[in-house]
Amino acid sequence: MDDNGVITVRDLRRRYGGTGGRGFDAVRGVTFSVRRGELFALLGTNGAGKTSAMEVLEGLAPAARGAVRVLGCDPCRERALVRRRIGIMLQEGGFPPDLTVAETGRMWAGTLSAPRPVAEALGLVSLGHRAGVAVRSLSGGERRRLDLAMAILGRPEVLFLDEPTTGLDPESRRRTWLLIRELLGAGTTVVLTTHYLEEAEELADRLAIMHQGRIVRTGTPAEVAASQPARISFELPEDSREPVPDIAGTRASVTGRTVLLQTADLQPTLTALLGWANSRDLVLGALDARPASLAEAFHAVAASAGSPADDDNAKDVAA
Amino acid sequence: MSAGTVTVSSPGQSSHRVAALARAEGILLWRNRLALLNAVILPAALAGSLKSFGGLGASGAHDFGAMLLTGLTAFALLIAVYYNLVTAMVARREELVLKRLRTGEATDGEILAGTAAPAIAIAWAQIAVAAVAAVAVLGLNPPANAALVPVALILGTAVFVLLAAVTAAVTRTVQLAQVTTMPALWLPLVFSGLLFPLAMLPEPLRWVAEALPLTPVVELMRLALTGAAAGGHRLGLAATFSAAVIPVLVLTAWIAAAGWAARRWFRWEPRR
Repeated sequence: MDDNGVITVRDLRRRYGGTGGRGFDAVRGVTFSVRRGELFALLGTNGAGKTSAMEVLEGLAPAARGAVRVLGCDPCRERALVRRRIGIMLQEGGFPPDLTVAETGRMWAGTLSAPRPVAEALGLVSLGHRAGVAVRSLSGGERRRLDLAMAILGRPEVLFLDEPTTGLDPESRRRTWLLIRELLGAGTTVVLTTHYLEEAEELADRLAIMHQGRIVRTGTPAEVAASQPARISFELPEDSREPVPDIAGTRASVTGRTVLLQTADLQPTLTALLGWANSRDLVLGALDARPASLAEAFHAVAASAGSPADDDNAKDVAA
Repeated sequence: MSAGTVTVSSPGQSSHRVAALARAEGILLWRNRLALLNAVILPAALAGSLKSFGGLGASGAHDFGAMLLTGLTAFALLIAVYYNLVTAMVARREELVLKRLRTGEATDGEILAGTAAPAIAIAWAQIAVAAVAAVAVLGLNPPANAALVPVALILGTAVFVLLAAVTAAVTRTVQLAQVTTMPALWLPLVFSGLLFPLAMLPEPLRWVAEALPLTPVVELMRLALTGAAAGGHRLGLAATFSAAVIPVLVLTAWIAAAGWAARRWFRWEPRR
């Protein structure tokens, strides 16, 4: 484990309810670290334990077991030291509906040690023109952006974003991504949870996929995607009598004339396939070769059933 | 009108954070006209109506000004502080505001203090205005022991802020606050000595009445303003201090109990 990480998490466990059979282990031994200036994404199905883990990193809840350090401190017990250096955007948080956007900003700024100007923060999320509007009159997407503006108001070194773009229209989501990339460029470390795999693919330096309270895949988006086989598909010519080629290390499946090859090594497999086709003067129709996507890796995890003992407790999984 | 509009603290200080939260809460109270009217008008109206009850008069405070001021203190604590704060805390919790505020630099205590500050400011301002009016219009005599007034106000306010936090914990919606606040509004009021003299009660029941949270506030205010003991006879300055010991102990016990309960049961986010 990287001891110089801005965030280090070792064997984190979190439990709801009582001990014994009635309780529920939301996080079951999670270990990872986040380096300065990178974006680390936590992915997972509903109930996988992402938010439960985030809440411990944010200092909102103590860990049942394990060690968590954020900027070298225990985020729960040394809350005052940590909080002035981090920003948090909850999955569900609220501001008083009867305050205006600007009044909300002034209130939040008043609680911070070194806030940036409220107008600047509102401008960063494109809410400057809504400063005089009551929070109750904002759209859902605008409220999410106000929440983000408040999270970055204190110029945090570490930013926790729990599903920051849920409910945003595609344009707002794109602008939020730009803002997050700007913050990363300025040296901010970001921990992000998201349901959108393209968001993780777009932003994450490294990510972890959680399932039933555990991390089941971790690495760069490309590394995690590579845990699934690459795919080559093509159609054999109508008059072909050729059997499907037998290439080492591949699994072939045939539907009509369409052949799908799955392989861990895309390039050698593809080379072998094309050599085979050339030697037989075959024209492969609809030829398509691509590495596995993050989405495929994710869905493979989500589809894998846990052990029966796990399922008893997994109340929210795949809800 | 909000508390904390005048601050000399700098960013990063506790007082600065409380002032920022209090200012926002003050704006919210200002925009919630019904709650504002309740908090401002009701205590004065109810205190005025005490004239028709025999409580304080029969217990020796023949002075109408002292009765009015004591009654107003009681109603301000019950309505402007207690009732108002239960609804404010429940509203902020259900709007997920408390949950959001807890992610910032403000501590739990600072969040509660900021939320409570405007209500406390209204209550204390009412009492101050009533005191001036009682002196100017009703010819209130100088207090027998002025030092007991801040004791009554500060301890009484602390008790009812903490009771509001405990009540908020068992109140799921703002509407339900009308029901959940009933016990802590009516029992202490009925047995406070404001409506009828506690001497009318049989012995064990009187002890119970004296252990309720509003009774010691009324006793301390009566001692402070008129120097009259529970029986009605006037005490010297030293005797008013010793008579104040038990009410102060009762209030301190309530602060400890309600503080413990609030710490144990107060919820920062809606129950799922």
